[in-house]
Amino acid sequence: MNITRRKFMKVTGLGAATLALSNVGFGLGCAGGYSKKLKIKGAKEVISICPFCSVSCHFICHVKGGKVVSTEGDPGYPVSEGALCAKGATMMSMINSHHRVTKPMYRAPYSETWEEKSWGWMISRLAQRIKETRDKNFKVKNEEGQVVNRVDEIFHLGSSQMSNEECAVVHQAMRAMGVVHMDHQARI
Amino acid sequence: MTNHWIDIKNTDCALIMGSNAAEHHPICFKWVMKAKEERGATIVHVDPKFSRTSARSDFHVPLRSGTDIAFLGGMIKYILDNNKYFKEYVTEYTNASFIVGPKFSFNNGLFSGFNHQLKTYDKSYWAFDVDANGVPKKDKTLSNPRCVFQLLRKHYSRYDISKVSQITGVSVENLLKVYKAFSETGKPNKAGTVMYALGWTQHTVGVQNIRTSAIIQLLLGNIGVAGGGINALRGEPNVQGSTDHCILYHILPGYLPLPRASLATLADYNKANTPVSKDPMSANWWQNRPKYMASLLKAWFGEAATKENDFGYGWLPRGDVPKGLEKGDYSVMWIFDRMYKGQIKGGSIWATNPAQSVPNTNKVRKALANLDWLYFAEIHGNETTDFWHGPGVDPKKVKTEVFLFPSCHRAEKEGSISNSGRWALWHNKAADPMGDSKPMGQIMIEIVNELIDLYKKNDGVFKEPLVNLNWPDEYDAEDIAKAINGYYTSGPNDGDQVNAFADLADDGSTACLNWLYCGSFTEEGNKMKKRDLSQTPLQAKIGLYPNFSWCWPVNRRVLYNRASVDKNGQPWDPERTVIKWNGEKWEGDVPDGGWPPLATGDKSRSPFIMTKEGYSQLFGPGREEGPFSEHYEPVETPVSYHPFSGQLNNPCAKIMNSDMDKRAVPADPRFPIVLTTYSLTEHWCGGGETRNVPSLLEAEPQLYVEMSKELAAEKGIKNGDPVIVESARGRVEAVAMVTVRMTPFIIQGKKVHEIGMPFAFGWTKPGVGDATNRLCIAAGDPNTTIPEYKACCVNIRKADKVTELS
Repeated sequence: MNITRRKFMKVTGLGAATLALSNVGFGLGCAGGYSKKLKIKGAKEVISICPFCSVSCHFICHVKGGKVVSTEGDPGYPVSEGALCAKGATMMSMINSHHRVTKPMYRAPYSETWEEKSWGWMISRLAQRIKETRDKNFKVKNEEGQVVNRVDEIFHLGSSQMSNEECAVVHQAMRAMGVVHMDHQARI
Repeated sequence: MTNHWIDIKNTDCALIMGSNAAEHHPICFKWVMKAKEERGATIVHVDPKFSRTSARSDFHVPLRSGTDIAFLGGMIKYILDNNKYFKEYVTEYTNASFIVGPKFSFNNGLFSGFNHQLKTYDKSYWAFDVDANGVPKKDKTLSNPRCVFQLLRKHYSRYDISKVSQITGVSVENLLKVYKAFSETGKPNKAGTVMYALGWTQHTVGVQNIRTSAIIQLLLGNIGVAGGGINALRGEPNVQGSTDHCILYHILPGYLPLPRASLATLADYNKANTPVSKDPMSANWWQNRPKYMASLLKAWFGEAATKENDFGYGWLPRGDVPKGLEKGDYSVMWIFDRMYKGQIKGGSIWATNPAQSVPNTNKVRKALANLDWLYFAEIHGNETTDFWHGPGVDPKKVKTEVFLFPSCHRAEKEGSISNSGRWALWHNKAADPMGDSKPMGQIMIEIVNELIDLYKKNDGVFKEPLVNLNWPDEYDAEDIAKAINGYYTSGPNDGDQVNAFADLADDGSTACLNWLYCGSFTEEGNKMKKRDLSQTPLQAKIGLYPNFSWCWPVNRRVLYNRASVDKNGQPWDPERTVIKWNGEKWEGDVPDGGWPPLATGDKSRSPFIMTKEGYSQLFGPGREEGPFSEHYEPVETPVSYHPFSGQLNNPCAKIMNSDMDKRAVPADPRFPIVLTTYSLTEHWCGGGETRNVPSLLEAEPQLYVEMSKELAAEKGIKNGDPVIVESARGRVEAVAMVTVRMTPFIIQGKKVHEIGMPFAFGWTKPGVGDATNRLCIAAGDPNTTIPEYKACCVNIRKADKVTELS
């Protein structure tokens, strides 16, 4: 994104102010209404859910040309009734943040930098490393001679950020690899 | 949560303890305020720090971190001494009447059955006295000295109010104020709710903190009713769902235990994990476990899962049989302990930031450099993804090969998440993933497909679980959601979705990724997408929205709701009806089992269907450190003794013991101050995401430490001064915030200071400060191994020079 931090702040500030004013529930005069109309005119409304605490406030994304141009609380979710906290109110700037990781990145052993790689290269290289470690360390029996069929040398952490469907996929994958060192934020 | 967010409005008294709900679950707090404004409910906040939750409460009661059981134990004694308990509920719905076997005893802080060498209990010492059928003997007059009720009374008789005051630092006056207000809800037409969060769980007595609240709520008849319950205000964005799907070492999806080394076959597994009850009145729901396990295996291994091969049970990894404090425990603190010792070679860290958020963080950061390879799926870089060039680390000496996959934002993918009230809610895809980012589900599917391909084409060890995996080519959230719900794999309905978990079978004819979610996506469609606000008048009265989304189990919104009615199925409080029997069927919420009321005799079932006996547990013989809770000091404590027994700490606490796990001795003069940690409204947990949002970083820009005016005066610290906080494990720089929100405690006649710090600031945003968790101790609860973040011992001094804050 070719947007400076200062400009970004201005956009965010404006976005937050518009949202706050539009939620107070009394007349804002023509100016406020007009600016809001301009911003989301013709936008598609899609409902998503705030990725923070488990109140799970819903928010409406206004989408134009495949991009989120505005977010606001969803009054149809009976728990939040359209309200959002300080974090939820910044959802648009979070989604569109230029701080995000957008490319697969690789750091070679002893290297001082990240380097950009293709998805294919990353997946292929990683799968080889997993297989190598799994094959070398796989434990069929434990010290007591009981069958355990696991690999203690590979671990997985995370995540409560995943949707239920993603959790189901990750759990299945880990057990298939033989992983028991598996945990996430529910324990911290 | 046993109940749900909106239900809080139905309460007469909310005890908010171990939570700062107004700041950390801000939007839920309107339901607390609604109870206060519309019902005149009393709101009580018990917490070391005065916060915005306290400001909205009727009263704030500060207590020293780590003394909740003493506080609540005193309340149990108050309830019993003053006959505030709900007699019919206690007699009929709890195990108060059960006779405990002769081997159970309690002496000077230890229960019978303790193994001093292994630091674990033999729980067979706590068994009930049973009749010839194995059903516990009962005395419904509650007078037998060996019945649970009398043992409970005896156990908590030691929690005398003056002793409670001495150790908690809460005045007797304040204790009585809370005890009186909350115990009023023991009347049948009153309801009290408990709202807690990490302030209760993050202790070496975390589970017993919650157990103690359960004892109180059962004595007062507050479980199952509207405006009642024990409500964990779940923090993380889908921590309810990620726990249900069990991204946890010790369970498989749907809370099915991890197979252990002693269980060689599926039959062994089922025998060990399926409770048997011969009480005809007990539903003993877990007797269905073999059906859930077979269906899970069938979903995981598809056609390769057959009756002959135990549906692939043998392909699952098995944990060691737990022994002592470490063996068989594969949780996060042990993962980093073993990584630090070089025993772990590679792995994945997805959407979590342990180099910031796991205690004794200096050790975590060192441990990561021992890995050969590590892969991430992240939306932002953070202190963990970039550990190899962190403060004091020379990248040229770090061997770890690091893969960072860009993960997309929730708004860029669809799927379901479960809120704290167990509502499974569908989120839609609003925009395309930014750049080359992808959903985490897709990333894992690609990795595993590559791995399967490698194993199919090459030699390899124990290929079966991978090459036989029922695994998609691409990630499709709706497809997975259907499999989570479950479907028939043979018979007349082959290929159809199941309707409910009653349809699941143990013969391989059904597949299901998580029995709890059966009913969420049936032939009628994806019920998690429902946005219908319609209600019956009965449901409207208590804010129940049965047609909005879908809730596990079977769309039941209030758990244990059959305890909200009397034996005839009539609600204790008709004004707040959750369910009622109309002579033919139940109305209101989905009942906890559809059987008719208890008065119908054998046709009915006892209301607590998830326990083997059908009764809720005042006496809980399954916990690691005892069937009743007992006050133990945190592992690091400012005192060397306490008034209840000679056992200072939890005898079963799981304490890491590497050379980097140093700790203060009790009442250590080097570290006399209690530290507690907490989150912020403007940052999310470790801050790895929210520090990237400029407006949030401007609102909360830097690490600070809150301290009382008295402590500041003693240490010559002024508001705004840079200070250094030190524990036995590390030092952290912070800005002093001298405030009336923190006050010193008088503990056993001596002044004890407590300070509080947020933990959202890390080095990847220069100048904001670095991980507070470098101070915290890696010691865990014996049941859960959740770390004791909320209490450790430190010292504080004015800094001459700072590097982390500039």
